[in-house]
Amino acid sequence: MAIGPVSRRELFKRAAAGAVTGAVVAHTAVADATTPVRKHHWGMVIDTRRCVGCEACVIACKIENQTPPGVYYTVVTKEPLPGAHNDRPVFMTKPCFHCDEPPCVPVCPVNATYKRKTDGIVVVDYDRCIGCRYCIAACPYAARYYDFGDDYELSPLAGETVSPEYRQYRPRVPGSSPVGNVRKCTFCLHLQDEQGEYDREEGRWPACAKTCPGHAIMFGDLDDPESEVATILRERNAVRLKEELGTEPSVFYLL
Amino acid sequence: MMLKRVFWAVGLFGLFAFAWAIYVRFFVHPDASNLGSVVPWGLHVAQYIYFVGLSAGSFLISSLVYVFGMKRFEPIGRLAVFTAIVTLILALLTIGLDIGHIERFWHVFIFVNPTSPMAWMIWMYSIYMVLLFVEFWFLMRRDLVVASRQPGWRGPVSRILALGGRDASDTSLARDMSVVKVAATIGVPLAIMFHGGVGALFGVLASRDYWHTPLFPVIFIVGALASGGAALVVASAIFQEGWKAHREMIVDLGRLVLGFLLLDIGFQISEILIGLYGANPGYLAAISLVVAGPYWFVFWVVQLGFGMGVSLICLATPLRRDPRAVVVGCAAIVIAFVGVRLNIVLPGMSPEEVRGLTEAVSDPRVTSDYFPSAWEWILSFGIAAVGLVIFGLGEIFLPLSHHLTRPAEQG
Repeated sequence: MAIGPVSRRELFKRAAAGAVTGAVVAHTAVADATTPVRKHHWGMVIDTRRCVGCEACVIACKIENQTPPGVYYTVVTKEPLPGAHNDRPVFMTKPCFHCDEPPCVPVCPVNATYKRKTDGIVVVDYDRCIGCRYCIAACPYAARYYDFGDDYELSPLAGETVSPEYRQYRPRVPGSSPVGNVRKCTFCLHLQDEQGEYDREEGRWPACAKTCPGHAIMFGDLDDPESEVATILRERNAVRLKEELGTEPSVFYLL
Repeated sequence: MMLKRVFWAVGLFGLFAFAWAIYVRFFVHPDASNLGSVVPWGLHVAQYIYFVGLSAGSFLISSLVYVFGMKRFEPIGRLAVFTAIVTLILALLTIGLDIGHIERFWHVFIFVNPTSPMAWMIWMYSIYMVLLFVEFWFLMRRDLVVASRQPGWRGPVSRILALGGRDASDTSLARDMSVVKVAATIGVPLAIMFHGGVGALFGVLASRDYWHTPLFPVIFIVGALASGGAALVVASAIFQEGWKAHREMIVDLGRLVLGFLLLDIGFQISEILIGLYGANPGYLAAISLVVAGPYWFVFWVVQLGFGMGVSLICLATPLRRDPRAVVVGCAAIVIAFVGVRLNIVLPGMSPEEVRGLTEAVSDPRVTSDYFPSAWEWILSFGIAAVGLVIFGLGEIFLPLSHHLTRPAEQG
């Protein structure tokens, strides 16, 4: 390469190009180095034949997460199977599926919702979310709910309800997050310990799975071949909802 | 005179409605809407895409004058840019009061997510808004300088709006127009991208069969041109000198609007037919809501009756040579597009995504039924009134449909 006088404009151009390349390379390197490896892939297997439709999971979830009216991190649908020619309902509890390819994440205009790298749980950053509700529109499973700021009439006064979600223990105050945010099931991640582990014996287990009287909701690490969920997925034929969308849900159903 | 009084009465009364709705939003209940988590977007999102469409459409029509040099539309050029600004402001007011945390709007520029069509839309219309203001100021600058010599209160107001400029020479006008041309030229792809982005915002959602069509970005732009053009015809007919001064231009513009309307109708038919043949359950549920749901009349009366019936009678028959008929036809289109926008947003959300969801819990926030609450209607009316008032002020203060004559003593 010839070394000669370089015009100022040319110098600026080269410097700018160099800076951009450097920034991109550095950013990628830092991102690679700081990205933790996935330790767990939390998921659920839900046995609809064990479910009696008691909705204890719905109540347990509401109490655990102190969700306001209109916000349900899980519901139990009671529809007969289409084409089954009987009216026997299939009870189906439906938390967030914590998809491997969550359609709600790429659409967020402010990156407020994301999939945790360490354990695959899809979370919402309440302080970042602007409340546009685009993710609700994008979710094919109706797993997301908007906090309209409603309160139960008989619940304690505003400010006294504290949700343990994300271990943030936010008092419920009108107009401040999570009011005006989109909320969703977190697999009760506030019950994880510092290492990100759940412990069933200690009661640190998602509230719905912990409370289910028929043990219809099985929870665990799908990546751990010894876990209950991985074992049962090997032994039984499970289905996931709307496979055709390519969302790869982490929640499986046994029919 | 009577009409003007009614106009101002409605506009000023609406300002009170607007103030009340704002008060309720921030001090009484953070969300007094009838929305829920099944239908999380309602009247205000429809109103937002309606106004944003009017803005993009009227801006693109103004580019016929300032980019493509079509002199016969010159009389509406400045009115078109003004309309684009006002409707964009109304759109942002509407969506700003609809989302949960408007005070965090700047997050979209800091926490960049390039995979979000909504983020792209916001980035695009932020630049677009700056460009609109720059273009409009340069379009008005010389007339404001001229007007600042007027007696009474108009002079000082114009002087402030002119930002202290004093140059009213022809060379300065030529310089202004070259700036305008640059701004307008950059604005054209921006307007197409941001309104196409609004369509893409809906179109990318594979979860919603009714929206998930590649035609959506295109149909939004064509719809914007039809509704924006129609709004301009109505505005130029009642603004300042009125329709009598612009007979030929209104008739010409009517032909243009007819073209866009026919294209839009063609796209809509294509979309409905292909959706019906595809017979996707989600699509069928949504289209059944459109044609036979509780709000069937929005489709049959507002969209078809006004948007295809009245408008085609006025614009596609020999009546089209009468500017008054053109104005009526275009007013029908402006009304019909309210229905078009409502029928994009609501039926797309309403069908249950998981069967039995709305029966699983008994909660007014978890239901497929949606009818806007009193607060939503009042806010919508209030925002429309803000638009009326800004237009009214523009009519008084801004010489939009003609250039002021420069006083002879100036050089």
